[in-house]
Amino acid sequence: MEDDAPVIYGLEFQARALTSQTAESDAIRFLVGTQSLKFDNQIHIIDFDDENNIISKSVLQHQAGEIWHISASPADKAVLTTCYNKTSESRVVTCGAVWRMPPEWESGSHESPDDPHNSHNPQNLELLCHLDNSSHGNASCVLWEPMGDGKHVISLADNHALLWDLTESSTQATISSSATLEGKGQLKFTAGKWSPHHNCTQLATANDTAIRGWDLRTMSQIYCIENAHGQLVRDLDFNPNKQYYLASCGDDCKVKFWDVRNINEPVKTLEEHSHWVWSVRFNHSHDQLVLTGSSDSRVILSNMVSISSEPFGHLVDDDDLSDGEDNHQDEKTQEPLQDSIISTYEEHEDSVYAVEWSSADPWLFASLSYDGRLVINRVPRALKYHILL
Amino acid sequence: MDGDINATAPGTTPPDTDPARKRRVHGMLKLYYGLNEEGKTVDQAESMDPCDINGPHFDPEVYLNKLRRECSLGELMDQETCMVKQIRSLDSDMQTLVYENYNKFISATDTIRKMKNDFKKMEDEMDCLSTNMASITDFSARISGTLQDQHAQITKLSGVHTLLRKLQFLFELPARLNKCLELQAYAQAVSSHRRARCVLQQYSHMPSFRGIQDDCHAIMDKLAQELRQKFRDGGSSAKDLSECVELLLQLDEPAEELCDKFLSHAQSRLEADLLGLEAELRPPLSYGPTAVTDPYTGPAHRLSVEPTAGSPTGPSSLNNPFLSPSSRTDILEFIDRGCNEFVSSLCLVIASYQELFVNRPQEGELASKNIPQMAIGKLHAFVDALATRYFSLVERRIQEEKSVGDNSLLVRALDRFHRRLQAVAKLLPGSAVPSQGTEIVVRAARERIKQYLAALQSFYLNSLTDVRQALAAPRLGGSSAGVGSHLGGPATGKEAPASLPELLSTLSASILNQIKSVLASVHLFTAKDITFSNKPYFKGDFCSHGVRESLVVNFIKFVCQSSRQFCESAGDRGGSTPPALLLLLSRLCLDYETSTITYILTLTDEQFLVQHHSPVTAVTALCGEAREAAQKLLNHYVKVQGLIISQMLRKSVETRDWVNTIEPRNVRAVMKRVVEDTTSIDVQVGLLYEEGVRKAHSSDSSKRTFSVYSSSRQQTRYAPSYTPSAPMDTNLLSNIHKLFSERVEIFSPVEFNKVSVLTGIIKISLKTFLECVRLRTFGRYGLQQIQVDCHYLQMYLWRFVSDENLVHFLLDEIVGSTAHRCLDPAPMEQSVIEVICERGATCIPVFLPLTVPPASLSSCP
Repeated sequence: MEDDAPVIYGLEFQARALTSQTAESDAIRFLVGTQSLKFDNQIHIIDFDDENNIISKSVLQHQAGEIWHISASPADKAVLTTCYNKTSESRVVTCGAVWRMPPEWESGSHESPDDPHNSHNPQNLELLCHLDNSSHGNASCVLWEPMGDGKHVISLADNHALLWDLTESSTQATISSSATLEGKGQLKFTAGKWSPHHNCTQLATANDTAIRGWDLRTMSQIYCIENAHGQLVRDLDFNPNKQYYLASCGDDCKVKFWDVRNINEPVKTLEEHSHWVWSVRFNHSHDQLVLTGSSDSRVILSNMVSISSEPFGHLVDDDDLSDGEDNHQDEKTQEPLQDSIISTYEEHEDSVYAVEWSSADPWLFASLSYDGRLVINRVPRALKYHILL
Repeated sequence: MDGDINATAPGTTPPDTDPARKRRVHGMLKLYYGLNEEGKTVDQAESMDPCDINGPHFDPEVYLNKLRRECSLGELMDQETCMVKQIRSLDSDMQTLVYENYNKFISATDTIRKMKNDFKKMEDEMDCLSTNMASITDFSARISGTLQDQHAQITKLSGVHTLLRKLQFLFELPARLNKCLELQAYAQAVSSHRRARCVLQQYSHMPSFRGIQDDCHAIMDKLAQELRQKFRDGGSSAKDLSECVELLLQLDEPAEELCDKFLSHAQSRLEADLLGLEAELRPPLSYGPTAVTDPYTGPAHRLSVEPTAGSPTGPSSLNNPFLSPSSRTDILEFIDRGCNEFVSSLCLVIASYQELFVNRPQEGELASKNIPQMAIGKLHAFVDALATRYFSLVERRIQEEKSVGDNSLLVRALDRFHRRLQAVAKLLPGSAVPSQGTEIVVRAARERIKQYLAALQSFYLNSLTDVRQALAAPRLGGSSAGVGSHLGGPATGKEAPASLPELLSTLSASILNQIKSVLASVHLFTAKDITFSNKPYFKGDFCSHGVRESLVVNFIKFVCQSSRQFCESAGDRGGSTPPALLLLLSRLCLDYETSTITYILTLTDEQFLVQHHSPVTAVTALCGEAREAAQKLLNHYVKVQGLIISQMLRKSVETRDWVNTIEPRNVRAVMKRVVEDTTSIDVQVGLLYEEGVRKAHSSDSSKRTFSVYSSSRQQTRYAPSYTPSAPMDTNLLSNIHKLFSERVEIFSPVEFNKVSVLTGIIKISLKTFLECVRLRTFGRYGLQQIQVDCHYLQMYLWRFVSDENLVHFLLDEIVGSTAHRCLDPAPMEQSVIEVICERGATCIPVFLPLTVPPASLSSCP
């Protein structure tokens, strides 16, 4: 199908940080942060016109340093956080900050990316506040409260998890509580995720091979999956529809699905990548669709029906179909409800460090590889109709 | 006359043989006398011709005319003379005959006259005889008339005599019976009583007889009582017992009751036998050859099957005397005892019972009661009940037979058990006992196969543990004697540690031997001289399903499966399996795939003449499974080894402060370690796997210079035109390379050869290096250090891999990425790098000089 062809966008810098604009529900929009030690770093705002298959972009300058992590506020479209490297006196420090996009970028004409003039006068981000964590070490990521009002963020810095309250229209950040991981050696959080369930009172973090759950009300650990992966855990994601289900991925090339009520065994394990898996994401609406990106340069879309919130599909619809389209129903019943790989996307030529679903269109996702290539793909139509019908 | 005819005939008729002519003469005579019945047909045939001179229709006119017409004068003359001669001879014949007959007539007349005289004399004598006879009759009638009175008297007297004798017998009967009772001549008593019984019954209305009858009854009751007592006591022998039963039957005891009594009596005795057997089962002493190991042979021998099992040198009899003198009997003795005591007395009981109740000639009123059917029914129930108990005991005993050492003992015991039951089958044709017995044997055989499978499996696991220990044993100075002896290998006494190939060969040889010995002992079940071996189960199902599938195939599957488990369990949780073991097992599975499985299955099929009625697992399926296991193990080996090296590299990258590092003067120790480890892995793999194919490499690969970042920095764009013309920061060369090169699969399946394995490990390590580098920020000297390290790796790693370009590519990527992550990218001069690296090469202990190319050796000072 013509419109199933991937859309590729190339950045001129290397990049690791990708997020969809969470608060935006109409336009398909992704934010990419670049990594460059020699030039000013940028945040690319990439809009995708689904009907015309056209990408348009705006560039904002992020002069503070190279971006390792980016995340957008769920409440305010214009607010975002980054984790960035700052080099000073031959020391490299990673900091977190909350930014506001200048109001003009949106009103500014969406010029074609080919227009060379556009990139000459990029606008700067407006700094709202620093998540000042110099006493806590290097920030690895900043997490917004899911579906919140944009007043709370958590930053993970070395072995600390810090809960910040943003006040005065986000210009001030104060630490309201914190948790510290104690143990032998230099412990360091590598990834984290704020659970959208339980009134947003839970946090999951990864350090080395372990996954830990935290209760934010008491800032204490509630569960710990030791040796969740054979090697480092790289990323986590919560199933948006099943409150105890969690996906993790790591350097053992595996993606594991956990029920945190029974942490002895993973519910399911996928072993499809041939190198480390750096990112795993559940689809926001149809949680059987799981996206993974790996340093084997592949993105894999899997259909994990058996552990999804819709393990049997839409049973109700079968009745509607039965009276007219017997053929169709036959096909439907013949199709086994089995977990399967839907598709493997090989458009990247370097390690894929980030994948993200669009917040506006549940059938669309973006993946970003280190060489700065952003690829936008769609869920295959056949599957989409199969899920919907 | 004959002579005459002969002399005259030759002219006209052809010379005839004598008998023919004679017949003709006779025929003519018969004709003459009118006796022509015989030659009729012939004559009729001839007779039609009027020219036939001998025929009845002879017409002289026709004949003459014919002659005259046909013959010449000479011939007519001849004919005439011939005719005259014949007439003449016929006349003389006739004269002779007349003369003979006359003579005979004369002599006959004489004889008749003589007879007439004789008859007259005889008639007189006959008359005299008849008168005499009449007088005799008369006398005889007179005598019998006189004697008749006396004769009647005598008859009456003799009748009285017999009656008296009978009466005397009757009167004496009580006394006689008493005496018999005293003498215990029961049989005599019963027969006497039987003789008198009806008479007494008949005359019981007379008081005197009534008295006798009562007396007799009393006595007989007493006797019956005594007999019953005797019967009940049970002390008597079977023969006595049967006699008792016979007598009681004659005394009109109810047969059913007798059957019951007989059987219950027999039961009590058989039960005693059963209790004896049970008593042997009861003491569960802790014993057994399994628990004891001969100090000289080690645990590996616990399974070994004595070639002469069953002989007094069998392991159980060897060990038992020392262990527990009161130890229980072995199974053969047990079965023997069961057979000799229980089964034989059961047979005896059945035989005598049948003799008594079933096969006895039926007489009198007994016949009407249909005893045999009732008796047979009772017997069946009785035998079944007892046999069931016996079988349960036997089964319990068989189940206790856990030690797999001496199978022949079990087989012989089963054989005996089965054989003895055939006797029961012969005695009692309709009984279910023999088939139940066969079933027990079948079950025991099945159980045995399971035990052997378990034993094989545990042997395999033990062998693996041994191998593991051997691998874990310190390489230097560690004596491997224990290992060698455990595996029965040749390494005993050697000081050098067992090498991988040795371990592999001893492992596979010992497993194979074990399988062979197990097959040999299982084979006993189907030996020719074993009675049950020709049962359908042992001919078909046992061989194909039992031995081939449950034992051999299952064991092979177990080997594959347990090997696979090493990959799964040890994978995530910190690799408890030593990599060398993985490698060894992988090779083992591969060997299985190429030859061993085929060999084992062929061996089995040959030994057991397996006829595949039901579908069996194909060799190819098993081989596939083994190959899959081998592949999985090897992949896992690569993964584990790659991981070990990766961890070293990762730690080395992550822990260092690359921004503030000093100018590189040396290759980092980690890199040396990496090369060292890779070399030792290379050696390790080389011991078990072939070299494999590698692409031809350039003559001085170690000297290749890096196309480092600085040379590739050009302001050109690789991507299509939609990227804006911002300052380029991407590594052109690397990107172009990627465009045209194959995608590198990092954790990909490897082939079964050394080069492929090493390629896999190096790929994993270098990719880790790359990813770690990308997460760090470097200063100028950090970059230079990485350059040095990469060059060093370049110098040594290319020779291990199948395609050196792969190493180049990955190392380029590393250096390129480092340059990107560098705050002050000022690369080091290539010549300086080379100097540092070569200096580094001399510093490390020269590992395996053979693998170092002469070029780099010669450059060492």
